[in-house]
Amino acid sequence: MKKIFSSIMTLTLAMAMAACGGSATNGGRKAQELSGAGATFPLPFYNVVFEHFAQLKGDVVAYGGIGSGGGVRNLRDKIVDFAGSDAFLTDKEMADMAPVVHIPTCMGAVVVAYNLEGVKELKLTGQVVADIFAGEIKMWNDARLVALNPGVTLPAEAILPVFRSDGSGTTFVFTDYLTKVSSMWAGKYGAGKSVNFPAGQAAKGNPGVAGVISQTKNAIGYVGSEYAFAQKIPCARIENARGEFVLPSSATISAAASGDIPADTRTSITNAEAVGAYPISTFTWLIIYKEQNYAGRSKEQAAATLDLLQYVLSDEVQGMASEVHYAPLPEKVKGLGRTHLKTVTYNGVAILQ
Amino acid sequence: MSDKLHRILLFVAALIVPVVCGGIVYALVTDAYEAFEHFGFLNFLTSSEWSYTEGNERYGALPFITGTLMTTLLALVFCIPFSLAVALFAGEYFKGTKIAAVLSAVTDLLAGIPSIIYGLWGFYTLRPVVMALNLSPQGSGILTASLVLTIMIVPYAASLSAEFIKLVPNDLKEGAYSLGATKGEVVRKIVFPVAGSGVFSAYILAVGRALGETMTVTMLIGNTNNMPDSITSTGNSMASIIANQFGEADGLRLSSLIAIGLILFLITALINMIGKIMIKRARII
Repeated sequence: MKKIFSSIMTLTLAMAMAACGGSATNGGRKAQELSGAGATFPLPFYNVVFEHFAQLKGDVVAYGGIGSGGGVRNLRDKIVDFAGSDAFLTDKEMADMAPVVHIPTCMGAVVVAYNLEGVKELKLTGQVVADIFAGEIKMWNDARLVALNPGVTLPAEAILPVFRSDGSGTTFVFTDYLTKVSSMWAGKYGAGKSVNFPAGQAAKGNPGVAGVISQTKNAIGYVGSEYAFAQKIPCARIENARGEFVLPSSATISAAASGDIPADTRTSITNAEAVGAYPISTFTWLIIYKEQNYAGRSKEQAAATLDLLQYVLSDEVQGMASEVHYAPLPEKVKGLGRTHLKTVTYNGVAILQ
Repeated sequence: MSDKLHRILLFVAALIVPVVCGGIVYALVTDAYEAFEHFGFLNFLTSSEWSYTEGNERYGALPFITGTLMTTLLALVFCIPFSLAVALFAGEYFKGTKIAAVLSAVTDLLAGIPSIIYGLWGFYTLRPVVMALNLSPQGSGILTASLVLTIMIVPYAASLSAEFIKLVPNDLKEGAYSLGATKGEVVRKIVFPVAGSGVFSAYILAVGRALGETMTVTMLIGNTNNMPDSITSTGNSMASIIANQFGEADGLRLSSLIAIGLILFLITALINMIGKIMIKRARII
């Protein structure tokens, strides 16, 4: 009697579990737990996407915003399924680990925010921005600023630059742009996550910088677009490589990737040549190993990882990007991402057919 | 039996603290070693460069030691008139009255306000005032941070000094009064000489508090890595540079930040030790 009872129990449990597994539309594979770590810049976007993914497929995704560098380190140590990074891996970093693929997931930008009473629109060129942050243009009524902004009354006040006190991908993208457009900047300060800014004051994080700008008259600073858009912070039009003065928006950021993008998408798109491109734009990537059988991962886990990345590249998710203040990838870049996913293997066999 | 058990329990409990403290020092020293080895201990202390250039990283602690000492010293100077007034009011002139009790309670309350609140108040209220007075164009800086630190350390200095002032023996004061001394003369010639080292130790402990304050200073000091050249210029304190850069730091920079933590730990320990010694001397009198 007891035996029969227990076998009925086991059967019911097995059926219940099968029912659970089958309820999500993931082609009958068992729900997986995926983990990733890395960049904080796309974190709000990923939170939304991963939550939708969990509802759709039943796979739970945990993502730790520990910074791009930490994410790549975790991937190298093979303790995560994927890493998030705002910077693509350099050739040297790539040589240090097994082959990886970069999948661009969305786009963002760095905006130049300012606090000037009565000034609704401000036009700046890359060289002028570089000179302001280098402390070489000191006054708002400098001849070069006045020439760029006819019809705007600029005060005879000192410019107060604000920069990031913590190491940040935002600083990297901003200084990468300045390095490209100003030889003075390239020679003296260069690009990096932390840069020795010679003038002004610093604050921690996007909220810190945005807070100082909004509370300080005559201040100017750089802020991540995802934060600036969400907070509706006024920002300057920046001249792009074609001489157009472009206001940052989802559309103009996406436009920055509409030009020639190398097949592996590992490229900086600051100062892009494309028409209507906002010049301080950037991709953010998820990075996975090309060969998914590592550190004892199951084939199902590998399949779930690819499902997730396919989902991120889907039109549905890309459509969500601008709602959460990021910019969607252009068609061509999505296509490049999908092509890369097809090259990902498990035991040498392509996972996606 | 139960006595013995108690003794063992207390002994173990008492042992935990020095063990933890020793562990902290050990961890700081081992992690800071790389920076000291790379730059040299003295050079690290006296170099004012903080440069991230890859392949040629240069880190020196001098701007941050200076920032910490400047903010702390200024806060101490600003706090003396306020805390001394409160201490004399509560400990001598209105000793034992209701109004003195209320004043002490309110002053002590200041010590219970979280530092983030002080930081926000400084950022949104005091900073615009500093800008409006044309003390500094950007508002943030050593001076602004010091002003808020002042308010934060007044309760520590005031309530402890009041206790020492209360302890001054009555017969000494009555002797002075019987010789025709005024209240002011009693304070100057009897209260201060007798309670002096106790009051001094109260200030030392307040300084200990100001040295390590992180959140408030980070929000107000301007966070630049240059050597501060005046009290209105921006800078960084030892605690604020750690708070700002620890998250993304690795390698030599991480080690340098930990080295700064070790130096801060040593300075704080030294100052507290001086305070403790002064309190002991106060008790003997």
